[in-house]
Amino acid sequence: MTGKEMLRRFMRQRAAFISGIFVVLLIVVALLAPWLAPYPPDLPNYDRVMAVPSLAHWLGTDELGRDVLSRLMYGAQAAIQAALIAIIIPLVIGVPLGILSGYLGGVFDEVFMRIVDGILAIPAILLALGITAALGVNLWNAMIAIGIVFTPQFARLARSQTLQIRSEAYVYAAKVSGAGAFWTMGKHIIPNISPPIIVQSSFNMSFAILVEASLSFLGLGAQSPQISWGGMIQQAYSLMYMNPWLILAPGVAIMLTMLAGNIMGDGLRVALDPKLKKV
Amino acid sequence: MFLRFLTKRLFYVIPMLFITTFIVFSFILLIPGDPALAILGENASDENLAQLRAQLGLDQSLFIQYWNWLTSALVGDLGESFFTGESVQEAVFSRMGITFQLVTTAIVIAFVFGTTLAIVSMMKPGSWIDEFARLVSTMGTAIPNFLLAMLLLAVFSLSLGWLPATGFISLFEDPIGFLRSVLLPSIALGAVGMAQITRHMRSALIEVFETDYIRTAFSKGLSIRQTIFHHGIRNAILPVVTTVGILYGNLMGATVVVETIFSIPGIGQLAVDSIMQRDFAMLQGVVLVMVVIIIVINFATDIIYSLLDPRIKYE
Repeated sequence: MTGKEMLRRFMRQRAAFISGIFVVLLIVVALLAPWLAPYPPDLPNYDRVMAVPSLAHWLGTDELGRDVLSRLMYGAQAAIQAALIAIIIPLVIGVPLGILSGYLGGVFDEVFMRIVDGILAIPAILLALGITAALGVNLWNAMIAIGIVFTPQFARLARSQTLQIRSEAYVYAAKVSGAGAFWTMGKHIIPNISPPIIVQSSFNMSFAILVEASLSFLGLGAQSPQISWGGMIQQAYSLMYMNPWLILAPGVAIMLTMLAGNIMGDGLRVALDPKLKKV
Repeated sequence: MFLRFLTKRLFYVIPMLFITTFIVFSFILLIPGDPALAILGENASDENLAQLRAQLGLDQSLFIQYWNWLTSALVGDLGESFFTGESVQEAVFSRMGITFQLVTTAIVIAFVFGTTLAIVSMMKPGSWIDEFARLVSTMGTAIPNFLLAMLLLAVFSLSLGWLPATGFISLFEDPIGFLRSVLLPSIALGAVGMAQITRHMRSALIEVFETDYIRTAFSKGLSIRQTIFHHGIRNAILPVVTTVGILYGNLMGATVVVETIFSIPGIGQLAVDSIMQRDFAMLQGVVLVMVVIIIVINFATDIIYSLLDPRIKYE
């Protein structure tokens, strides 16, 4: 299947296509936040504290009179960063190790997979909490921790895919013709295991946003003045008994982004799998 | 045959327990400085630090430290909290019961509503209830548990005042009070599970419907309802068993957030507190107990699955 055809298969799925547009818009908003945001995100306005949505403040203001929409736009930067870091680390570390493990097999594979299973037995959020606490509490370390937590999942996926491809006739033919292990991995394995890994990346990006928000909510992520959606929820939570609706804006932002990531993942799965014809 | 399968699974679980406990133990290595510094603070004298390190056994090699910790853990001694001096195993086990009740309630809710929704939606494909089931299974995986927890809290406790906002009452003390205290947090915890179970059960039912024997049953005039209850559920429940096993682990982790919101003094809150205080002895104990429970539950799920599915060969 060509790239063009994959794109066409993706775009034909309405929900996935809309989700894709949403994600692109989110990235644009995050990048252009300094120009798009109607107010500086940290500008307090004590005359307009916890104002309801109005023409001047589309999503109202928070407990310090700061514009919620502007903060949401800057918070998108943290969300996108978290999502990117959380998949770059497993793609760079987990996937190559998984391929190597699946390709080489034997004792290395056996030991490596036991370690991976061991790490996977620890609940993701707890592992992320522990790593963040150990590295030091800030948004950057929280993102790195999420990336580390995802690494064994990707290693496992890459390994199981490699095992399938390894026994294909064309890989065997390459080997018989004298191709080296690394050449085979680069030429045959990596291109063929990419689709499921791309799909998994899409799901994990939305999960990363959830974990980042959870860590920030527990006070182990973004520290003031860093702005993140989770941090906004944490602030809103402390005012919950006075003004419960303050959690809505960041909450809905997280939910829509996760929803878009999940639907996009489903769409990519269909688009990248030539066996699924129903598009 | 079955016994051989069991021993084989056990051989797989035991090394895993060693590796996982080693990872848990190594947490301590990641702390900048070391536990002695964490306890005594930056201003402690070198002499005091050295003394405490010797007392905690930190001057020994990592493997000896791990071995000592593991052998004590095996006889039920997880050490003492760095700060309060409280026994770690007592703290962990007294809170484990609370979390276990909470997580189990969440899984029961997820299971009952998830399977019902899947079955009902299959009985009337394309109907509003089918659409609703799909909406729930999509939204449920996207709504963060802390958001759902806060929304439930805001609506049912703060606005309507129907249910308590915080606290926990044990099932064994007061069953009605237990249900009241645990309902909102377990819905917040279980929503993701319900979505996953609906999803898996639905696709499993669809798969069953496409098999030859069901087609035969249909052609003999069996109704959809009869087909679902006589053949569908029995065959579609298998993947759900695996989902429930995995859910236990995920929800155990999620209690970290949900227990904090509802002020439930379970193991999740203990984990957060020990991280905040950098009480790594306590944290190691918490994570160890959680992980052991998760591994045991996954082991049990494997066994139940093999008992339910006669197609699995015990080799």
